[in-house]
Amino acid sequence: MNGKLASKFNARKTTISLFLLTVPGLLYLLVNNYLPMFGIFIAFKEIDYSKGLWGSDWVGFKNFEFLFRTSDAYIMTRNTLLYNLAFIVIGTAVSIIMALLLHELKNRMSSKMFQSAILFPNLVSMVIVSYLVYAFLNSDSGLINLSILRPLGLEEISWYAEPKYWPFILLITYLWKTAGYTTIVYFAFMAGIDKSIYEAAKIDGAGKIRQIWSITLPLLKPAVTLMVLLAIGRIFNSDFGLFYQVPLNSGALYSTTQTIDTYVYRALMQMHDIGMSSAAGFYQSVVGFVLVIAANKLVKKLDPDNALF
Amino acid sequence: MEIATRGELAFRRFAFVAMALISVGMILPVLLMIAASFTDEKSLILHGYRFIPDKLSLDAYIYMVNQYKIILRAYGVSIFVTVAGTLISLIITTMLAYPMSRRDFKYRNVLAFIVFFTMLFSGGIVPSYILWTRVFGITDTYWALILPNLLMPAFHVLLVRNYYQSNIPHELIESAQIDGAGEFRIFFRIMFPLSVPVIATIALFMALVYWNDWINALYYISRPKYFGIQNLLIRMMNNIQFLRSSEGSALIGTGAVELPSTSIRMAMGVVGLLPILVMFPFTQKYLIKGVVIGAVKG
Repeated sequence: MNGKLASKFNARKTTISLFLLTVPGLLYLLVNNYLPMFGIFIAFKEIDYSKGLWGSDWVGFKNFEFLFRTSDAYIMTRNTLLYNLAFIVIGTAVSIIMALLLHELKNRMSSKMFQSAILFPNLVSMVIVSYLVYAFLNSDSGLINLSILRPLGLEEISWYAEPKYWPFILLITYLWKTAGYTTIVYFAFMAGIDKSIYEAAKIDGAGKIRQIWSITLPLLKPAVTLMVLLAIGRIFNSDFGLFYQVPLNSGALYSTTQTIDTYVYRALMQMHDIGMSSAAGFYQSVVGFVLVIAANKLVKKLDPDNALF
Repeated sequence: MEIATRGELAFRRFAFVAMALISVGMILPVLLMIAASFTDEKSLILHGYRFIPDKLSLDAYIYMVNQYKIILRAYGVSIFVTVAGTLISLIITTMLAYPMSRRDFKYRNVLAFIVFFTMLFSGGIVPSYILWTRVFGITDTYWALILPNLLMPAFHVLLVRNYYQSNIPHELIESAQIDGAGEFRIFFRIMFPLSVPVIATIALFMALVYWNDWINALYYISRPKYFGIQNLLIRMMNNIQFLRSSEGSALIGTGAVELPSTSIRMAMGVVGLLPILVMFPFTQKYLIKGVVIGAVKG
């Protein structure tokens, strides 16, 4: 009887101590994540700091009406979606090809070296990336204008004033920075494939291409599906640094570099328009959430083991 | 030992050459930046940035040595924020992950959901910005550079939890309990030290997050004294002339050398990237491992 009481007491003490350990983390999540989630209601208000957040007037969908009446809403949505689509399709293809190449190498030393080299750009901050891009593109001393276009007798281009080139520039920059990471992910999955399957295929007379087509790629499919669906869930988000700092915040390029994230920043910090920026932020959060849920539903249907929840 | 056919050997050779070319391509932009930073200013004005300088010069670096106060200050801010942010992040991440890993803790699923949900839905930057600036007043403090990133990759918490669940036997905790150790003691004396492998990986990624962050300063910092190296670089890119401004020239004094504005941009880039370049050879192994762990278990 006494022992039972004591163990009950101990169990409660354990629960309390364990709970206390979580307090700092929970408080942080409350402040950093959960309060802002409830804070999205400010998109329906006209914030007036003199009246306070709660005291400011409700304006219904007025902020959204203003936002969607501008061409900005269309441009940023189009850019965000199209860039993400290109990144998903081309990025996935490039990473799979690079992973297949790595998978062919039998020399561990060189394989490790290549992995390091392709992962390196992932560690470079977007600010430094903007410096690297600048070294190639700026009109006074950039490599492309002075060392390629000029010797060929072609007209030099002021890259930072010509929006039409930026989809390619940003795609290349994106691939340079991120392809190594996804390549290593896919490579890790390939390394997990049972070697005896390849041996058996070889005995049956399957060549390299056939092995890739009939063994490696099908076995990689679940991983690719998962990564692509996760990316589709984030299709309303963009890498702020890539679209803001790499084009050096150049106003002439907004038509091809403005995404929802850069718009929210510019509306909030440069135009000081809380209404517009919170409406754009709300739009991004809610559509993003719906997409994540939908993407997960789809994974669950296709491949229940890989669903997130 | 497997025997490779001639076709396979050719394929392997092709893969090697292709990967070698891709790897070189990945490194080239950085080489261009380094080469340009060591090129003579006049030659840069004439020929632009090139991979092979026709005239070497240390002017940009000499100029920066004269500017050491601005650069050292920014370095100091970046180092302080990286160290403090990484440490605080590690402590709250593991403290949150440990109870989640305990099968006898009845709220563990609720906790896991609370952490996980932050990965699905976010209120966006506007409410966060108003909260941090209006309620907590972090504008122009070091907190602005540390707080918004602390648990940013919430999936680090889930990674540590998975590590505790699969690598540390429950019997170990039970025997410690029998010996009369309290939960805090078990966590700090046993669990935290035992999880060093996963903590080291997370520390590396968090340190990178903090070292490479500049967006928080964009939102929350207006006074240059709180600029880390990344934000100093943005400022240099936007306005190379600021070194010549009253703030800059006060540091150089009169009779300074002519500002090598073309090469100094690249030299600043090199200075900003230097810690990554130096650390990379020692950490790349763990980084690759970290990518794989994140992919397979995350």
